[in-house]
Amino acid sequence: MEVLGLGLELLVLFVGFGFMVGVFFGFFGMGGSFLVTPALLILGYPAPVAIGSSMAFVFGTAVIATMKHHDVGSVDYKLGALMFVGIAVGIEIGKYGVLALDALGQAELVVGSVYILLLAAIGVLFVRSALQQDEESDDESESDPDDIPEIAKTIKSYNIPPMVTLTDGSKASMWTITGVGGGVGVVSGFLGVGGGFIRMPAIYYLIGVPLAAAVGTSLFGALMSGAVGAFSYGLDGVVNLGIVTALLAGSALGARIGSASTAYVDESDVTIYFGIMLLLASIAVAFGELASWLSMPILDTVSFVLLLGSSAFVTVVIFYYGAQAIRENGRTATVSPGGND
Amino acid sequence: MIDVIALPDYVQAAILIGVVLAEAVALYAGYGALEDVLAPAIIETIEQV
Repeated sequence: MEVLGLGLELLVLFVGFGFMVGVFFGFFGMGGSFLVTPALLILGYPAPVAIGSSMAFVFGTAVIATMKHHDVGSVDYKLGALMFVGIAVGIEIGKYGVLALDALGQAELVVGSVYILLLAAIGVLFVRSALQQDEESDDESESDPDDIPEIAKTIKSYNIPPMVTLTDGSKASMWTITGVGGGVGVVSGFLGVGGGFIRMPAIYYLIGVPLAAAVGTSLFGALMSGAVGAFSYGLDGVVNLGIVTALLAGSALGARIGSASTAYVDESDVTIYFGIMLLLASIAVAFGELASWLSMPILDTVSFVLLLGSSAFVTVVIFYYGAQAIRENGRTATVSPGGND
Repeated sequence: MIDVIALPDYVQAAILIGVVLAEAVALYAGYGALEDVLAPAIIETIEQV
């Protein structure tokens, strides 16, 4: 029996995996996409299909997240719109990189290798951040939410025309805005990710938008990246709508539960598990690459179990802490919006 | 019935975006309604376990 062009096993797998990815997205505000492309590569989908489908999934999740953030947070739509050209050009460059590598038969190898490094780097950052949180938990310092970092003030002081006025009244160079959009667009188009883990810091540190608006605007940027990327890969007919629909059906539910869990679970309790999961995901992709090089299908199975198992473990940890907090604290917790790609 | 495969590539790509957008909005609304109905009961059940 086939549903959405997928066998029943694959359908359940994608809905389940989407659910876990959604929980991470809702809880941590990221992880929505950089687990999907590796999973599809491990399952044996060609790199253009994995990346194109992931971009369409990014679009869907970003639409949902932006709708949530529109009501409870701030989105600088003007800045997002100004980044559009850079994003579109960047994604095209990234996509042509993938298609060129695919023509050489090297796309899976190169994209997989970049993912190994990317997941390991983000994993190390999360683990380090979790360990530092433990050490500095007593050191509480107040900061102004509208403040911007020194590096952003320095970049803004250069006044390279054309300058544009942002929604908060500050000015930024169109070159910086286009550069940020284009740079993140290349990464998005090449890896099939929303790129929020780069775009949000770039908007904050390079363009100088206050943190809350940077998060919301980054989400809007992910929406545009996903739309442009899905359209661009869609022109080549490599987006698998069945996979996208199954993943979205799971992730939309998971994101609600993950987002609700932030009201009960202290993020610092779980951050280290997320970091370790990303490190394991990096190893899983490496096993997937080795399986191709050494022609050992068993490594593909190990890789798959590692990726899915570590994701399931972190999901269970979040639910466990959430259930424990609900039992201990009742309904005293307050709700906070989640949200970056 | 329209044969989607016969349509130009850019139309197919635009339909793809439209379908994903419609799915996202429907899922957001559907799960939102479900959450409103079921969330209090689920939280109450967890509190009592």
